[in-house]
Amino acid sequence: MYIYDDFDRTLLDERVRDFRDQVARRLSGELTEEEFKPLRLMNGVYLQLHAYMLRIAIPYGTLSSEQMRMLAHVARRYDRGYGHFTTRQNIQFNWIKLEELPDAMADLARAGLHGMQTSGNCVRNVTTDQWAGVAPDEIEDPRIWAELLRQHLTLHPEFSFLPRKFKIALTASAHDRAAVKVHDIGLRMHCNGAGETGFEIIVGGGLGRTPFIGKTIKPFLPKRDLLSYVEAIMRTYNQYGRRDNIYKARMKILVHDLGAEKFAHEVEEEWLSIKDGALALDPAVVADIAARFRYPEYEVLDDNPPELARAREDERFRGWLDNSVTNHKRAGYAIVTLSLKPEGGPPGDATAAQMEAIAALANRYSYGEIRVGHEQNLALPHVAQRDLPALWRALDDIGVATPNVNLVSDIIACPGLDYCSLANARSIPVAQEITRRFRDLDLARNLGRLHINISGCINACGHHHIGHIGILGVEKNGEEYYQVTIGGRADENAELGTILGPAVPYGEIADVVEDVAAAYLELRARPDELFIDTVKRVGVEPFKERVYAAR
Amino acid sequence: MPLVKEGHLVEDRFVRVLDDAPVPEGVSVILPAARLLADARELVMRQAPTGVIWPNDRKVAELVPYLDWLALVALVFPNFRDGRAYSQARLLRERYHFRGELRATGQVLRDQLLFLQRGGFDAFEVTKDADAAAFAEAVGRYSVFYQPTGDGRASTLTARRARGPSMTFKGRREYLADSRSR
Repeated sequence: MYIYDDFDRTLLDERVRDFRDQVARRLSGELTEEEFKPLRLMNGVYLQLHAYMLRIAIPYGTLSSEQMRMLAHVARRYDRGYGHFTTRQNIQFNWIKLEELPDAMADLARAGLHGMQTSGNCVRNVTTDQWAGVAPDEIEDPRIWAELLRQHLTLHPEFSFLPRKFKIALTASAHDRAAVKVHDIGLRMHCNGAGETGFEIIVGGGLGRTPFIGKTIKPFLPKRDLLSYVEAIMRTYNQYGRRDNIYKARMKILVHDLGAEKFAHEVEEEWLSIKDGALALDPAVVADIAARFRYPEYEVLDDNPPELARAREDERFRGWLDNSVTNHKRAGYAIVTLSLKPEGGPPGDATAAQMEAIAALANRYSYGEIRVGHEQNLALPHVAQRDLPALWRALDDIGVATPNVNLVSDIIACPGLDYCSLANARSIPVAQEITRRFRDLDLARNLGRLHINISGCINACGHHHIGHIGILGVEKNGEEYYQVTIGGRADENAELGTILGPAVPYGEIADVVEDVAAAYLELRARPDELFIDTVKRVGVEPFKERVYAAR
Repeated sequence: MPLVKEGHLVEDRFVRVLDDAPVPEGVSVILPAARLLADARELVMRQAPTGVIWPNDRKVAELVPYLDWLALVALVFPNFRDGRAYSQARLLRERYHFRGELRATGQVLRDQLLFLQRGGFDAFEVTKDADAAAFAEAVGRYSVFYQPTGDGRASTLTARRARGPSMTFKGRREYLADSRSR
């Protein structure tokens, strides 16, 4: 947990005051809607189909139980009693009144939460591995660097009016759980031959209507240079990124048009002029940030305690344990994923009552800490293995123990046409229907790891390009149609999916997904060959033949 | 258009010279970029101050040969969402050490003023009268700055260090209790 100091708190209070004044000027007509729009966006306020939507940042996916309770409070007091966790470690409230927004933000600020830069053409919430600090395979805790970047890029006077939004993600594990290759800047921490850790710099990734996998422009950047190098990238983009066409304004287009090499050269030249200036990171500064991350005082425990062995005899518990519980770097502890994908539910939604219950469980079993991942699930990162049976019962009671993590019904979806003014088609009901089709856990387990991503329009908020099965809502003659891709992935081997065939109408999309799943079962070489590996091996054609034969 | 300098509304003593119009003697002028580049030899001899309005899609490095005698560089915000001139301003101040007047022109609104000032602007052609009148309030809204620029304000990185390693902070619980009682 990062603990705010008086600087951080003062800035948040000042930001709330600032926003309150902006809202007052909007309400009095002093600001036009056009002038107000970028200001509200930079505070996370969108105008959606039915109401204003407030997006709150959960930096690097770490929440305290107090913060979770505050989110529950906001859901109850200002919204309709629930919130929606997004793919970028944010939470959205969909029904907030403009007049009440400053009060909601003031409440959030009391818990160190804010909506700063969660939308608009500025640097968005810096995201990372939701298991940061507890994953057994990580080099070091990437959140310290995420926090340094967060601070440096918050209200940055040079980069608050960029050509377009700007997303940064980082990971310190060999297995990338932060999808860094589909971000404007992706950072992967590595250890070099001399035993120093540093960053691989990947730029120009992104989804949306022109998806690109990012390209490495620097294989190893020393830590002291992180801020100056990022500043050089941002400055290059701010000056040369296109501003004539909103659809060509992301940095990925600039990187593509210039070519990664030329882009890297521009950045390098800029960086050489600033690298030894005020942004060179003094180890004392880094140590100061690191010192404000609080870690649990773990007990000395053994793996596989007797309580766990006994509980394993219960088949339901065992199913959940095998699916939702992961190794922790400390012996005797575990990381527990809480599925926000119940059968028939909108992916990523949590009610205020669930949030409060999760906060209480985090206090009791996870040192008061909760994580939010880009798959729109939550996690309790520090659970003693002996507590798993009791925790499971409590999670099951509140409906967040569906053992479908990483399975076919663990769907990532954007809000779609039910909420969003940009969408062409609904996402949530499609997700809900698919979870019903695959409610049989034996079937889901037999299918194994299978990520479905659904976007209601080409802006790709549901990251359909990188779903093992991607579903994109399109509009055809005023009707909702869906285009299916297969073979996408977001990890260290990131790839974009390939289109399977013609788009199908709303009424058929769940059938198509079932047919794709059936085709996989037929095509896989062995029961343990994952869907994504089968697609890689056999290509799209055999799937296409099977799925479209009868259509 | 109200002009704010050093925090106050002031009379603009500079005159804009359009394209090929003659440059008046003894008067402070702002010239188009092309005119400066074409006539620099003569302009440097002028007795009165000379300035230039520089477009936001042209490298400010081109201005370097003229910076020691230019009295003013005006940078342009064609609309307030176009932030290219923030980078130009920082480069002029921090890399090329321009010490003359750096003026923000175009659509300049209240909520940009602090960002502009932090980037090195010291003169502002503010679009709305009410925003110009609120200048002091607008640039005084924040007391904490996370990142260093050339504006001389201490960033938290250095401020924290200056406070020394013994820095104390309240735990979240205390903070919550504290803010409730506020």
